Amino acid sequence: MDWELIFSRALSAGIGTEAVIYALAAIGLNIHFGYTGLLNFGQAGFLAVGAYGLATTITTFGLPFWLGVTVGLVGAVLFALLLGIPTLRLRADYLAIVTIAAAEIVRLVVRSVALRGTFGGTDGLDSFSGDFYALNPYSPGSYGFWLIKFDHRTLWVLTVGWILVAAACAVVYLVMKSPWGRVLKAIREDEDAVRSLGKNVFSYKMQALVFGGVVGSLAGFLFALSRAATQPDLFSTELTFFAYTVLILGGAARVAGPVVGAMIFWLLLILVKTGMEEAVNHQVITFITVNQVGSINYMLVGLGLILLLIYRPQGIFGDKREIALDAR
Amino acid sequence: MVFTAFMGALLFALASPAFADGETLRGTLQNQGQPVTGVKITVTSGDGQPVGEATSDAEGKWEVPVPAAGSYQVTLDQATLPTGTVLRLKDRATLTVQVFEGNYRNVLFALASGNADGSGAQPDDGSSASSAFWTRVAQLAFEGLSLGLVIALGALGISLIFGTTGLTNFAHGELLTVGAFAALVLNTTLGLHLLVAAPLAVLISAAFGYGQERFFWGPLRNRKTGLVSMMIISIGVAIFLRYLVLFLFGGENVPYEQYVAQDGIQLGPISTTPKGLIAMGVEIVVLIAVGLALTYTRLGKATRAVSDNPALAASSGINVDRIVRIVWAMGAAVAGLAGIMLGTTQILNFQMGQQVLLLMFAGVTLGGLGTAFGALVGALVVGMFVQISTIWIPPELKTVGALAVLIIVLLVRPQGILGRRERIG
Repeated sequence: MDWELIFSRALSAGIGTEAVIYALAAIGLNIHFGYTGLLNFGQAGFLAVGAYGLATTITTFGLPFWLGVTVGLVGAVLFALLLGIPTLRLRADYLAIVTIAAAEIVRLVVRSVALRGTFGGTDGLDSFSGDFYALNPYSPGSYGFWLIKFDHRTLWVLTVGWILVAAACAVVYLVMKSPWGRVLKAIREDEDAVRSLGKNVFSYKMQALVFGGVVGSLAGFLFALSRAATQPDLFSTELTFFAYTVLILGGAARVAGPVVGAMIFWLLLILVKTGMEEAVNHQVITFITVNQVGSINYMLVGLGLILLLIYRPQGIFGDKREIALDAR
Repeated sequence: MVFTAFMGALLFALASPAFADGETLRGTLQNQGQPVTGVKITVTSGDGQPVGEATSDAEGKWEVPVPAAGSYQVTLDQATLPTGTVLRLKDRATLTVQVFEGNYRNVLFALASGNADGSGAQPDDGSSASSAFWTRVAQLAFEGLSLGLVIALGALGISLIFGTTGLTNFAHGELLTVGAFAALVLNTTLGLHLLVAAPLAVLISAAFGYGQERFFWGPLRNRKTGLVSMMIISIGVAIFLRYLVLFLFGGENVPYEQYVAQDGIQLGPISTTPKGLIAMGVEIVVLIAVGLALTYTRLGKATRAVSDNPALAASSGINVDRIVRIVWAMGAAVAGLAGIMLGTTQILNFQMGQQVLLLMFAGVTLGGLGTAFGALVGALVVGMFVQISTIWIPPELKTVGALAVLIIVLLVRPQGILGRRERIG
């Protein structure tokens, strides 16, 4: 077995594009679930709106890159408003069902044959990332140290991505220390108490939904740009639940929780995946095929999510008292 | 039969786009459920250039790879049809079809029994457009009822489990999948006839539901695990079970041994198959039985009492834990039955439960979360709506319509059709 390959891939995944994308998606979820207690099960929808807002503007309508970014961000705001208006006054499980349904609506619409001319059907869209890579300051080649190597394009995505993660973390840190952030946390703890103090709970929840959704759309941009293409089935419900696993692993309601969670999640996931693939290829494990390794990986994620919630819902950094685990 | 075969092909095409590589035209030739072999199919491109040809194999299947997306003409050579088999519509030996990039396209030729002189082949009736429209509405309403009944079986369990424990179970779709695959193992591996395998699989489903409550959800509730926690745990369970099925059985669609292809039958404007009718009959009987049991038996009354107010039910001497276990066993059994029916009449793969989960939620929400009869009404409405909406919107967007209605219902009447106001906020 090629241990160098296994560790090289695992370490690269721990700081690679997937880790960045899931860190941003989970930071958005952290604002929703961790700080405000909103059970958003449709984060994949926000990523899809971001990615398709960018890709459709550039590829289908031939408009400039920065306009695409603006369309993605505005799209995420509108999507949050659309989701929030019917559900934020209702109980937590209604929000969960509606958000998961809305994310599926987005995915089914962009993959439909009827709107193929606009969104590209199941094949999705590509050739929208030229302007982004034109800004790349790194000259072509391979960069890295020890076991970790990235090419110049990936390095550029990672640079932008980690800057966005750092910026998002800084904003979350500052905002959650502010009076506004304290209201959000108070809503999570006791909505009625906050209402009795004269705060407009609905409006605060809506602002939190928009804020977290916009951070999610940033993850969508990176997802699309890092692959230089976007396909509808990247944004299935599994993406949302992986992001939940990331968030709970790192610790909800903590600024660094989603980031550390994403790094550990992808490091472990790829370590186990590559490890098992190598073991199968070298006949160390003989009772499964390489194709089955993928399903085992998913099963482990499901199992991990169950065990985390049962035995350590606060994850690595969190505080159990700070996590909204009871429906109101 | 042709229409149901088409629906099956459509569902298959929607369900597994990821496995398609390269553009292909293909189809299966069947007459009265029997494969038709040795029939020559020729494919030419839009401008008449020959692309390829194929001959249907022992299973009636044929396949012609095409070089690129575009419009193609597919011709069935009527001279190669076996004696006694003719095209149902003589003038439809050449079909023009569109192939999309990266997709395969199923092409269907409707075959019938008869002689070459045309007896037995149905003439293309020149009925007016309006009667054709209402025929289509009737057909779609019928299919909607069929889908609605499957959704109702699942929604019933979701609703009762929510009512008695407060858990919104995101792993309920997997109860359908597990039931369907339990029947598959009994049917194909152990070689039992489906009529024997199906009831056994329903029992296995019931045991699975009972076990889940007895050894997993019950202990979690005793640990005072929060409802949101349990909701996220149910997602973990759903992912685990779904990929366990993928691990064990692979990602392909698999059929049961019996009742794969059946002769179509015509009931007025509606064409269907005997198995479709029997499945609907079984579903209706089960739903009525469960409804009567909930209304008239002691156990049913106790269930509704727990669903209404667990603390009050417990204080009036009802064993709440026992009721919850029975609800889980019953909910899982009914969901397993729905899975088997779905597997017999439409598709059987590891994602089948997940694909109807949101429709079940839509039905439950529409009817009113926590009310058993609301779930039934809501599910039937959702099923009908999904199918009938395909008159105006493309079929691949029909789920979108149902989910959009779910959101609109929450805006207008959040408690649902039969729900009560105080449950929602």
